[in-house]
Amino acid sequence: MSSETKKIKEPFVRIIKRDGASIGNKVLIRALAIVLALVVDAIFIFAVTGLNPISVYGVMFNGTFMTSIRFSWALRDLVTLLCIGIALAPAFKMKFWNIGAEGQVLAGGLATALVMVKCGQSLPTPALLLVMFLASIIAGGIWGLIPAVFKAYWNTNETLFTLMMNYVATSIVACMTNIMRGKASSLGKLNMSTQAGWFPQFFGQRYNINILVVFILMIVMYFYLKYSKQGYEITVVGESENTARYAGINVKWVTIRTMLISGAICGLAGFLVVAGRDQTISTSSAGGQGFTAIIVAWLAKFNTFYMALISFLLVFLSRGAAEIASAYSLNDYAASIIEGVILFFILGSEFFINYKMVFRGSKQKEVQE
Amino acid sequence: MSTLIAWIIRAIPFGTIIMFGSMGETITEKSGNLNLGVPGIMYLGGFAGFASSYYYEKLSSDPKGWICVIIALFAAIAASAFGGLIFSFLTITLRANQNVTGLALTTFGMGVANFFGVFILNGASYTAAPLAYSAFSKKIPFLSSKLGIVSKVVFPYGFLAYAAIIVAIVLHYFLNKTRVGLNLRAVGENPGTADAAGINVTKYKYLATCVGAGLSGIGGLYYVLDYNQGIWATTGQIEALGWLAVALVIFTTWKPLNGIWGAYLFGMLYWLYQFLPNMLGVKVAGYVTDLVQMVPYVVTIIVLVVVSFRKKKENQPPESLGLSYFREER
Repeated sequence: MSSETKKIKEPFVRIIKRDGASIGNKVLIRALAIVLALVVDAIFIFAVTGLNPISVYGVMFNGTFMTSIRFSWALRDLVTLLCIGIALAPAFKMKFWNIGAEGQVLAGGLATALVMVKCGQSLPTPALLLVMFLASIIAGGIWGLIPAVFKAYWNTNETLFTLMMNYVATSIVACMTNIMRGKASSLGKLNMSTQAGWFPQFFGQRYNINILVVFILMIVMYFYLKYSKQGYEITVVGESENTARYAGINVKWVTIRTMLISGAICGLAGFLVVAGRDQTISTSSAGGQGFTAIIVAWLAKFNTFYMALISFLLVFLSRGAAEIASAYSLNDYAASIIEGVILFFILGSEFFINYKMVFRGSKQKEVQE
Repeated sequence: MSTLIAWIIRAIPFGTIIMFGSMGETITEKSGNLNLGVPGIMYLGGFAGFASSYYYEKLSSDPKGWICVIIALFAAIAASAFGGLIFSFLTITLRANQNVTGLALTTFGMGVANFFGVFILNGASYTAAPLAYSAFSKKIPFLSSKLGIVSKVVFPYGFLAYAAIIVAIVLHYFLNKTRVGLNLRAVGENPGTADAAGINVTKYKYLATCVGAGLSGIGGLYYVLDYNQGIWATTGQIEALGWLAVALVIFTTWKPLNGIWGAYLFGMLYWLYQFLPNMLGVKVAGYVTDLVQMVPYVVTIIVLVVVSFRKKKENQPPESLGLSYFREER
């Protein structure tokens, strides 16, 4: 008997699920992942360019922190990304894969721009801003609602549906900007002469209003997800639809309501981009942030405050890479590589938070014959 | 008539690009992995193929076309399979979320290709690899000249266009008629059951994802070295193609044979804006062409919705698509 059991080799490493690593552990693992990623990136930078990675990282730091205006630009980019991340959080928490933020932002932005142009002359500023705001959240909400209805009633795959909706929105925006610019080669800023529908200067910058709005939104969404009844319903539906149904939650309605909220906040992000940041609309107004925000929302585990941290990290990286690019005459795409590697490491590090590995031959106290 | 021929001649090469992309993604998804890194993988494949043949042409004293083809193919498959390997390691071994990992891979692949691309461009707006282009676009000798209209419509393409069709047929046979194909489908439908039946789920998922990525990468290679006439420029074009390839997988309801006509149909739809008004003899404003570009995506949405309405078993996505498998978690 004993000789027979010995023949079965214990695997070299076994993986065991662990329930909740301590907070210290979590922070340590994530920090380690980022450090490792930076080391890999450093090796990469050195191998390709022969530059001293430490000084390159130093230059990178300047991208965000050299002057106060740069820091405020970084904040401006951060809140755009964060706003979309906040929008995605309820959908993802419900395990509804809304990959369509890009399209929802564009829909909201386009609605804003159209109102700006059409009603710019006729409405007083507060009313105009209000109409723009409403138009943007309605447009974004509709863009989020369509896939949600099909998901709720016919279980249509939402990942692929929302992905396709992005390109529908993109071509509508292309079409509308084409009409709006007429014979001009590009659209330029909307209402350039009257500045109607632009956010007013606030502490010297228009986009400071964006920062304020998103900051409030971050707090509201945190409490909505964590302490409201609707937030709880979202959590239950995300964990198990059957449980939700058993508990008397109307899963279809929760799905639709949550995506309306998600789409509407994406639309709001479009409003902020158009009115507070760009004062114009183009097919690249969302600029891939809709995809990046997915990563932000997921990595933060839907905690909006962590989202702010991760958004900051990503914005820091991309601004830093732009700085490197101009300082060493490289190109911006370095940012994508560095960002990609860091994301890979952070994604991989989740494993070590959720599981622990037991190597062959290690003593096990808890096993009893 | 001549407009129609011109349209088809544009549509088929376009279809070939996304056919390769979608065939690769079909294998991957059949194993239950939803790899949204296809655009990134196509970037990796396209760039590796271009860079290798470009340097071979530049450094070799007597470059030969067929060596160029082999080198480019090898480099493209290796680079894109490497992308697939990153995805596999993170999602299969480390059980990271597939959607997020795929999107990160797209960012990464696009970054790598365009970053190194700039070194080759060296300030120019584009660079060409003429020998590779001529080797990849070489027509089949007899068939492409002697058959009148058939030569003009069916045989004016480089060999990869025909390879794509062969790959689709082989893939159909592999998935539906072989033991290994059956096992692969089982892994994608229900990895728990497959595991119980003694199938090595991890191995199947890894292999399917890496082979699939390699295949998708050939799509990128075909785009750069044939469709785009061997020219590398910093563009976002490949990304759009990658998403179209993902769309095509849904459109075909995960069946490679549908991929053949589906890809050409997408090609026709993509070029619709340029040729249809011409054929009908109407003139349309510029903004209409922008609107027409959404047609492939709208068609895909419609297919997606119809498939979910009808709930036919054979048209559904693989059951465990997008989910990581962990034996102890059942």
